[in-house]
Amino acid sequence: MSTALPTQTQPAPPPVDKIKVRVNGKDVEVPRTTPDPVSGKPVPTTMIQACFAAGAIVPHYCYHPKLPVAGNCRMCLVEFGTPAVGPDRKPILNPDGTTKVAKSPRPAIACATPLTPGMEIYTDTPAVKQMREGVLEFLLINHPLDCPICDQAGECRLQEYSVDYGQSASRFVETKVHKPKRVDLGPRIVLDDERCILCTRCIRFTRDIVGDEALGIVNRGSYNTLTAYPGKVFDNNYTLNAVDICPVGALTSKDFRFQMRVWFLKETKSLCTSCATGCNIVIGSREEKIYRYEPRENDAVNACWMCDYGRLNYRWIGRSDRLVEVRNPKAEGRRQSERWAAAIDEIAGKLKQAPAGSVAVVASARQTNEELYLLAKLAKALGAVTDSVPRTGASDRLLLNADRNPNSNGARLTGIAAEPMGSNLPKIAEGIRSGRIKTLIVVGEDVTRHGLGADLLGKLETLIVSDILPNATTRLAHYLLPGCAQAEKRGTFTNTKGRVQKFMKAVEPPGEARAEWDFLRALALNTTGQKDAVSIEGLFNQMAVEIPSFNGLTWAGLGDTGATVKIYCQDRGIDDTEQPLTPTETSNIQHRTPNIQSQGAREKPAGATAKI
Amino acid sequence: MAQEYRQILKYVDQPGYTPDIDCYLRNGGYEVLKRVVALPPKTLPNGQTLSGPEQLRQEVMASGLRGRGGAGFSCGLKWSFVDRKSGKPIYLICNADESEPGTFKDKQILYKDPHQMIEGMIIACYANDVHLAYIYIRGEFAEGAKILNRALKDARAKNFLGKNILGCGYDLEIHVHRGAGAYICGEETGLIESLEGKRAYPRIKPPYFPAVLGLYLCPTIVNNVETLCAVRHIAALGGAQYAKLGTPNNTGTRIVSISGHVRKPGYYEVEVGKATIGELINDPIFGGGLREGRKLKAVIPGGSSSKVFKAGERFKLKRRGLDGKETEQEVDMLDLPYDFDSLIAAGSMSGSGAIIVLDDSTDIVAVLANMSEFYAHESCGQCTPCREGSLWMAKVLHRLTQGEGRKGDAEYLARIADNIPGGRTVCAFGEACSWPVQSFVAKFKEEFVARGAADEEHRAQQGTGPAAKRELAASPQG
Repeated sequence: MSTALPTQTQPAPPPVDKIKVRVNGKDVEVPRTTPDPVSGKPVPTTMIQACFAAGAIVPHYCYHPKLPVAGNCRMCLVEFGTPAVGPDRKPILNPDGTTKVAKSPRPAIACATPLTPGMEIYTDTPAVKQMREGVLEFLLINHPLDCPICDQAGECRLQEYSVDYGQSASRFVETKVHKPKRVDLGPRIVLDDERCILCTRCIRFTRDIVGDEALGIVNRGSYNTLTAYPGKVFDNNYTLNAVDICPVGALTSKDFRFQMRVWFLKETKSLCTSCATGCNIVIGSREEKIYRYEPRENDAVNACWMCDYGRLNYRWIGRSDRLVEVRNPKAEGRRQSERWAAAIDEIAGKLKQAPAGSVAVVASARQTNEELYLLAKLAKALGAVTDSVPRTGASDRLLLNADRNPNSNGARLTGIAAEPMGSNLPKIAEGIRSGRIKTLIVVGEDVTRHGLGADLLGKLETLIVSDILPNATTRLAHYLLPGCAQAEKRGTFTNTKGRVQKFMKAVEPPGEARAEWDFLRALALNTTGQKDAVSIEGLFNQMAVEIPSFNGLTWAGLGDTGATVKIYCQDRGIDDTEQPLTPTETSNIQHRTPNIQSQGAREKPAGATAKI
Repeated sequence: MAQEYRQILKYVDQPGYTPDIDCYLRNGGYEVLKRVVALPPKTLPNGQTLSGPEQLRQEVMASGLRGRGGAGFSCGLKWSFVDRKSGKPIYLICNADESEPGTFKDKQILYKDPHQMIEGMIIACYANDVHLAYIYIRGEFAEGAKILNRALKDARAKNFLGKNILGCGYDLEIHVHRGAGAYICGEETGLIESLEGKRAYPRIKPPYFPAVLGLYLCPTIVNNVETLCAVRHIAALGGAQYAKLGTPNNTGTRIVSISGHVRKPGYYEVEVGKATIGELINDPIFGGGLREGRKLKAVIPGGSSSKVFKAGERFKLKRRGLDGKETEQEVDMLDLPYDFDSLIAAGSMSGSGAIIVLDDSTDIVAVLANMSEFYAHESCGQCTPCREGSLWMAKVLHRLTQGEGRKGDAEYLARIADNIPGGRTVCAFGEACSWPVQSFVAKFKEEFVARGAADEEHRAQQGTGPAAKRELAASPQG
C-alpha cells in the first residue's frame, strides 16, 4: 500500500539492482534478485517472473510463487537466447549495431532458470506451443477425466490449459494406470490419486512452509503415488491450504467435497475472524448460504495461507437458532417493521435519563472498528465505564495468534477496551453489586461467563444486549438487538500488527438481524443527537479523522489489503514490527487443529465463539 | 590391427591376482599415491607457484580424460567448475551405480582390483582438497560392497586413508553407500539425493550443478569408477603422456563391454578410437564374430539408451588426415572408430562403452519392447514427459508383441517419443528412454508397420474389434 499514511515513516529503500531482459520482443526491467519464498534470502530472479512482469502468459502447474521451485511439471518450458559471444569473449554485433542473440538449442523451464543480462525469452513460438501440448497430453493420458463429478471443475488448471493446448480427441488407446481413490489422508482431506499430476506443491507446502513431513511420493514412474507417510496422518492446522494449491482435483476438502459447483459460488472479499491475525479470505456463498472460506493473498498478513481452524469456523453463521427478532418488553404485538425503531427509541429514552456513571458498556473485540468507535463515543457522552473481553488460545508461529479476538487492537484504539483488556470487568461487577450501575449495554459477549453472573444481571434496571447467537446473557436481556456475522455486513478490523483491513458483505442477515454499526448509529443519534455518517464508508472516514491512530486512512484507501497503523502497547511501547510471514521457524507449529468446539461457550455447538 | 591395451585391467583376471591389499602392494599398488602426496610446489616461468594438488588438476586437464560413465564430459573441465571459494567442504563421490543395460566394466574393477580404484579416488580427492568422499555402489553389487569395505579397512590400516595420510598432513575418509536398486541413481544428481537419504529425484540444473550445489548443497565431484582409475594412471604417467594413448580428443584407454550375439561376449580394454566397431565385434581377440550362419542386424553402440545402428548403415565422417586437412569420408557403420566423437557424429554415442550386438535372428520389436519396459520401470516419475511417456511407449510396444498392434503404431510411437527428449525433462533419462524408440522405429520402421498390419489382418479374420478397447493379458507392471 503506497497510499499516504502519516503513521508510516519508513526510510527510502535502497536502490534495487535491476536486470534488463526481453520477453517476446518487449523489454522489461526486473530486480536482479527476489526473496526466496521460504528463507527470505535474495535469490536470482527467474524467467517466469520476468514473463509475468512483461505480461506474457506462462502456463504452469508445479510452480507457485510462495513455494520452493520444483521444476517437475515442464509446462513452463520456453525458448530463450543469450547474447552471442565471440572467441575473444566479446559480444557479437548484428549489422545494425545491436547485440546478436544466440538462441539456445534446448528449451528451459521458466520457473527455475535465472535471468542473465540481455536474455531474450520467447513464450509464443510454435515450438513452445508444441511442447506445452505435449506436456498437457502426457498429463491427461492417465487422468480419469471425471470432471463432471470433480470438485475442482471450474477452477482446474488441467481444464484451463486444455482450452489453450488440448486436443479435441485423445490418441491414447492403451489402458490407463489406476491408482487409489478416496484416500483418507487425514481428518479434513480426501485424496484421489488418479487425478494427481504429481506436481508436489502439497508436499513442498507441508514440508517447507508448515514444517510437517507428512506427505511424500511412493512407487516409481507413472505409478508414482502421493500419500501420507506410513503411520502418519495428514493433520496439521494448515492441511486445507494443500487443497487450495492443488492445481487439479486430487486433494479435496471433506468440508467442501461435493457440496457445490464452484462456478455457482459468489466470491466476496472478507476477513477471517478466528484470531487477531486477520487472514484475508474469500467467502464462497450461494443464495445466502456460505460454502467455504479460502485464503486471499496479502503479503502483509497471511501470504496466501490460512489455518484450518479459521477456515472451518463458519457454519455457526447459518445456524437455525440465530437471534432473529428484536426483543422489546413494551412492544409485544407491534408490527415487525416498527420493532427496531421502537426499541431504539425506548433505549435512547432510558439512556437519556440515566445519571452519569450509572451506565456500563461491555463490547466484544469481535465487533468492528466502526461499531466500537460508535459505542465508545456514546459511552463517553453517558460517562459510562467500558471494556472488552480478552480471549486467548494456543498459538503457533505461522498464522494462528494467541489472541482469539479479531479486533483487540480496534478495541484498544477506539478506547472501548480497558488496559489491560478485561480489567474493568470486576469494576463493572462491583458497580452493579453496589447498585451504582443500573444500565448495562452488552454487545457480542456472554458476560455471565466473564464475571457478570445471572444474579448480578438480575439486579440491573436495564440490560441491553446485542448478539448473534443465544446465550445466558441474551436470555436475560430486556432489550435484545439481533446482530450480524462479519459475512453479513461491512466494516474494518485492526489486526495484531495494526493492519486495518476491511471486509465486504457476502450474505444477507437472517430475520430482523441488522448490522450493529447501523443500529448503533441510530441509537447514538436518538440518545445524544450526534449525527454520524450514514454509510460505512462515511463512518470509517469520520472515525479516521477523529481517532488519532487512524488519521490519514480512508475507506477507499484501504484497498483490498488494508493499511498499517502504529499500535501502542503498555509493555513494549509502540509496536511497529511489521514482519512478513516467515515460516522458517516452524518448531512450534501446532500439528493438530485446535478443537473449535472447545473454544466456544459450553452451551453452544461448534464455532459459536468466533462470531464477528 | 587393433589390439587390447590393458592399463586399468592390467592385473585383472591374471592367475593368482587377488583383490586384497597385499596383492595390490606387491604389484606396485599405492606407489603413485606416495609420489603424489610428496609432490613439491612448482614455480612456473611466470612466477606463479602451483601446489601439488593444483599440478595434479593440470595434469588431468592436459590428459584430455573424458568421463567413462556415459556422457563423456571432460574430467579436467568438470573439476575446474568446482567452487573452491565457497568456504564449504568439497565432496567427491565415486559413481559405482553401474546400471546401464549391457555395461559390466566397473564391476570387474570393483570386484577384482578395488584398490586401484581406491588409489585413484584418494588421488582425485587429494587433487581437489576433498576430505570426505563416498562410493555409491549399486544395491545389486552386494558382494562388491563387502569387497570395497574390506579394501577401505585395509587401506586405512596402512594409512592410505584416515588422518595424516602417509605423514603428509592430508586427511581423507571414504564411505561406501549401497543403493537400493534404481537405475536413476546413476544420474549424478539423483545419486546425490539418494545419498542424502531422499528419493532419487534428479535435481534441476540450474541451479543445482553438483560442482556448486551438490551433496548437502556443497561443491561436489561425481566421477565414474573407470574415470577414477584413469586418474591414477594419469598421475603415474603425466597428462601429456596419457594423452598419447588413444586418439586426439579421445584419449586414454577404455573398457568396452561387448554382449549379445557374438561368440566371445566380454570386456576388452582398448585405446580409445584405435579399434572400430567392426573390429570389436568380429576380431578374434575381441567379440570373435557372429554365430555360424548369422548375419548382423543391428548394433547398440553405447549401452541400451544409445541410438541403434542398423547393419549396412553408412555415415559421412569428417576426418583430419596426417597433413592436417579435414576430409569428408563415407564409412560403413562397422568402420566407425569406437570413440566419443565419431559416434556422436554418426548420431549416436559411445555412452558407457557397452556394445550390444543383434543378429538376424532378432525380433526387433521384442527387443525394443523389452528395453522400453525397463525404462518405464526405472523412470523416477518426477517430471511429466518421462514419467508418462516411458510407460506409454512401453504399453504400445507390449501391445505390438501381444498380437494387438496397429499399422499406425510405428508412427504413433515416434510421435510419443518426440515429445520426451531435447531438454523437456529434468535429466537425461528423457533421452535415454526415447532415443531407442526413435532410432529403432526410424531404422526398422517396416518391421513395426508389418507387425501392426499383420495384427490388424488377423483381428479382421477373427472378427474381433480393435485392440485398443480390450484389456491386454498382462501389460507392463500393470
